[in-house]
Amino acid sequence: MSANPVALTVFLVLFFATAGLGFYATKMRSVNLSDLGQWGLGGRSFGTLIAWFLLGGDIYTAYTFVAVPALVAGAGAVGFFAVPFTILMYPVLFVVMPRLWSVAHKRGYVTAADFVRGRFGSRGLALAVAATGIIATIPYIALQLMGMQIVFAGIGLNFTLNLPGIGAFHDLPLLVAFIVLAVYTYHSGLHGTAIISVAKGILVYVAVLAAVIVIPIELGGYGKIFAAANPDTLLLGHGTANNLGPQFSFASLSLGSALALWLYPHSITGVFSSASRSVLKRNAFLLPSFTFALALIALLGVMAVAAGVKSMPEYAEGYRIFGNNFAIPALFLHSFSPWFAGLAFAAIGVGALVPAAIMSISCGNLFTRNIYKEFIDPNCAPATESKVAKVMSLVTKLAALFFVVALQSSYAINLQLLGGIWICQTLPSVMLALYTPRKLHSTGLLLGWLAGMVTGTWMAVSLNFKGSVYELHMFGLTIPCYAALIALVLNIVVAYAVSFVCNAMSGVSKADETLAEDYV
Amino acid sequence: MDGKPQRRGFHPIYLLLVVPFVALLWVPIFNRLEPSVFGIPFFYWYQTLWTFLGTACTIPVYLYEENKRK
Repeated sequence: MSANPVALTVFLVLFFATAGLGFYATKMRSVNLSDLGQWGLGGRSFGTLIAWFLLGGDIYTAYTFVAVPALVAGAGAVGFFAVPFTILMYPVLFVVMPRLWSVAHKRGYVTAADFVRGRFGSRGLALAVAATGIIATIPYIALQLMGMQIVFAGIGLNFTLNLPGIGAFHDLPLLVAFIVLAVYTYHSGLHGTAIISVAKGILVYVAVLAAVIVIPIELGGYGKIFAAANPDTLLLGHGTANNLGPQFSFASLSLGSALALWLYPHSITGVFSSASRSVLKRNAFLLPSFTFALALIALLGVMAVAAGVKSMPEYAEGYRIFGNNFAIPALFLHSFSPWFAGLAFAAIGVGALVPAAIMSISCGNLFTRNIYKEFIDPNCAPATESKVAKVMSLVTKLAALFFVVALQSSYAINLQLLGGIWICQTLPSVMLALYTPRKLHSTGLLLGWLAGMVTGTWMAVSLNFKGSVYELHMFGLTIPCYAALIALVLNIVVAYAVSFVCNAMSGVSKADETLAEDYV
Repeated sequence: MDGKPQRRGFHPIYLLLVVPFVALLWVPIFNRLEPSVFGIPFFYWYQTLWTFLGTACTIPVYLYEENKRK
């Protein structure tokens, strides 16, 4: 693909200006970044508006901008599950997360695993929760890097560097973006990311609103767009007498993803960085505006089909390398004037930068608090704590970079869904523990987590990592269900059953350091 | 922790938070093409509209809780 100089210039200027903004942001405020509460949680200081930008920038990732429309373009209606998913997660935010925020605020918890450690006094369970968070997040960071890779290819930055004696190096632009991301995350932490998320929010809304006005006009209206779509996949297939069918798997994907979302370390970091419970509650009805943008972006997948970009020779190479994930870049290049295509691409690029930063920060927080401080150096100084988190945020990003270079998936969304299966297994320890601590015991939670992780991973393996809807055969029925939900049900049953036995044998544990009034 | 968690009586307004789950998880009610709006099939605009209806369900619960705190 040859680069359009105008598009490329606009893209590079916006991308680097935004990243630079994040770098210098902390110079404007006097913030002590050698304190983990500042570097890793932004001093728990963000009010309603900044939290709206930060959480919106954090949760609506490259998955939203690239993988969701790609799935809609390729598979039709099923890709739209992201819309109910990102609506249903807000009642969960409204009800559950203020309780977690309160106890974290009162007790100084930085991670979900800190809470589990305090609630149950179990280092093992806290380690399980922390490790799950880290391994579920690395493929998610990888997804962001893939999003950047696709944008770079679309804008024409896919040149290959030939190093004599070493060979061809294909991912140079990705490496540059990686270094930008690494430097500003290391330097500015969550404060810098908050500033970048404001720029991201503005870029995304401008690009999306322009796209849903300009592109339908070019294509002759929504009626023509949907008439061009594949009629077989425009709706979900119906079930039969003994198979609940795609309608059920659609609902299970929506529900399972909505439950999993707030358990992700980067979500919890975003939640803990808010200044109060009210900030979270207000955002439970303000953040759905981002879901509206997501729904419009999902519709762009249908528009890509109607525009026929897939069969155009100039986008053949992009489709060959990235599959349907190239649908949106191709649609933007085809429909927009070069300068606006550059802006839209910057929206996606910066859109990947923000969550990647918060994800790696949250992994740094988890490692420092729940592995390093817990098992390696319990008496480390605050400055050491912050240093370790910074270095670990770099290591998780490197791991994600390896993920991208080693594994090329045509449906990037499945990487995220696999992480979803794992992170869902921390739900009893983190969320149910907010409500029924006396019915839960750390041994029960640990065994439930183990059961969920093993069955969830086994289901993903048996699906060859190509999908996450597993067909259960029960009572003569075929139930196609999101594997995360199946594993979670088993997890919860084991957790409560084993806890009941443990509590009956040894009495309810007295290890809980939190008090009822910490939660309100 | 010894004392039981404080149970503040359940108010029916919280049922509003359940409404989106019913509306979006009972897929057969919206897995259809008609009525379409501006050529957008029902399946697509119904779910998109729920981004606003979901908000409309949450705001009364928020206002209730804010009033209760005073």
